Amino acid sequence: METGTSRVKRGMAEMQKGGVIMDVMNAEQAKVAEAAGATAVMALERVPSDIRAAGGVARMADPTIVEEVMKVVSIPVMAKARIGHYVEAKVLESMGVDYIDESEVLTPADEIFHISKNEFTIPFVCGAKDLGEALRRIQEGAAMLRTKGEPGTGNIVEAVRHLRLINGQIRKIQGLSKDELYNEAKLLGVPYDLLLGVHETGKLPVVNFAAGGVATPSDAALMMHLGADGVFVGSGIFKSDSPEKFARAIVEATTHYQDYKLIAEVSKNLGTPMKGIEISKLNAAERMQDRGI
Amino acid sequence: MLKIGVLALQGAVSEHIRSLESAGAEAVAVKRTEELQDLHGLVIPGGESTTIGKLMRKYGFMDAVRDFAAQGKPVFGTCAGLIILASEIEGQEEAHLGLMNMTVARNAFGRQRESFETDLDVKGIDNPIRAVFIRAPLIKSVGAGVEVLSTYKGEIVTARQGRFLAASYHPELTDDYRLHAYFLEMAKEAAASKA
Repeated sequence: METGTSRVKRGMAEMQKGGVIMDVMNAEQAKVAEAAGATAVMALERVPSDIRAAGGVARMADPTIVEEVMKVVSIPVMAKARIGHYVEAKVLESMGVDYIDESEVLTPADEIFHISKNEFTIPFVCGAKDLGEALRRIQEGAAMLRTKGEPGTGNIVEAVRHLRLINGQIRKIQGLSKDELYNEAKLLGVPYDLLLGVHETGKLPVVNFAAGGVATPSDAALMMHLGADGVFVGSGIFKSDSPEKFARAIVEATTHYQDYKLIAEVSKNLGTPMKGIEISKLNAAERMQDRGI
Repeated sequence: MLKIGVLALQGAVSEHIRSLESAGAEAVAVKRTEELQDLHGLVIPGGESTTIGKLMRKYGFMDAVRDFAAQGKPVFGTCAGLIILASEIEGQEEAHLGLMNMTVARNAFGRQRESFETDLDVKGIDNPIRAVFIRAPLIKSVGAGVEVLSTYKGEIVTARQGRFLAASYHPELTDDYRLHAYFLEMAKEAAASKA
């Protein structure tokens, strides 16, 4: 009997496929998310848009919030640790959190090194905006990936950019000859073996979800159309006018992302989605996607 | 060739499709009830049972799969799929399909850190299979007509009731297709008895 194997960690993410993982800030929101059909919840002190608004240093949530959420739902509970913050991750593991997001939404604790995730029994998800970041995170032990997008903006453009880039890079790698792969591994800054795997299989060895800017059912469906395995929704649900309706609609649109009539139906009378931010209005320090590369 | 559907509302669909194909069947993802029509069997995959159950109700799959089963067609549930098949779920008022006469407990081993893989003997399969348990459910008790195919530390993890098969773990996460082949045998018998 073995726990914490790569198959057990990656398999856990595979069970989330086609699903929606929702950010929640308390037990009540967690119950709303579960009732709407979320496949997991991310327990946070503040959703990304509030983190943006508040400024300052964003850290791991108060363990009370995480515990409270774990108590009220039967679906998996995820929580965020700062990039490179080994101890926050160990604290979350000790509490029995099901998945840790080593997340650029929080202020990085380390500007060079990520957490050595292979040392943990519980799995990690990490953000990536290109194939280099994706394979470096996998090498460090991430068992699931997500696009970084631009969290808390309600603007899908960056998540689209990241997913298209990664998928385009995968197609390019598939077409390279073996001798070209050595150089490509060097250029991308990734281990040759992982790149060879991508070359041979035409896909990443772990599940890749969309995240960072999903605000509407159509946004979620667009990311599925572009090849995401599932969707994280951060501020999009509980910063909208009617969280319950938005949550249900996003779940259905993710499952039936090619059924446009159904998406039209579930999108009716949802009220106002979260207010969005135009990406060019962000200054360099406000771009969360540039953290942890 | 046998054509098997994999319920594709949420969960590890592509893994089952790959396993079924490797075991020698044609496999298709099923998102609408109409797509059940020409199938010889159905797999309900691992995923989140609350999500899958909710979407099945929403899109008419509860009645459609019960009708499918009433025609004598086999159904195989893994992990969440096992919960969907059970007649009773501990701590929950409402079951889902309720096709198999058994009581199950969700997340019976604990949280993700308690998830594990192990070798498992299964009745009807020669050597042990590698079983991956992820936040897995257990079968706490079985009623009339249910045959126990394997236990882990005294608890039931694989069971069969006529043309229904259920496993707590994920055979679809390994390259061992023998449990899928076992299910295909069930589908073959069902198709033959119908003809």
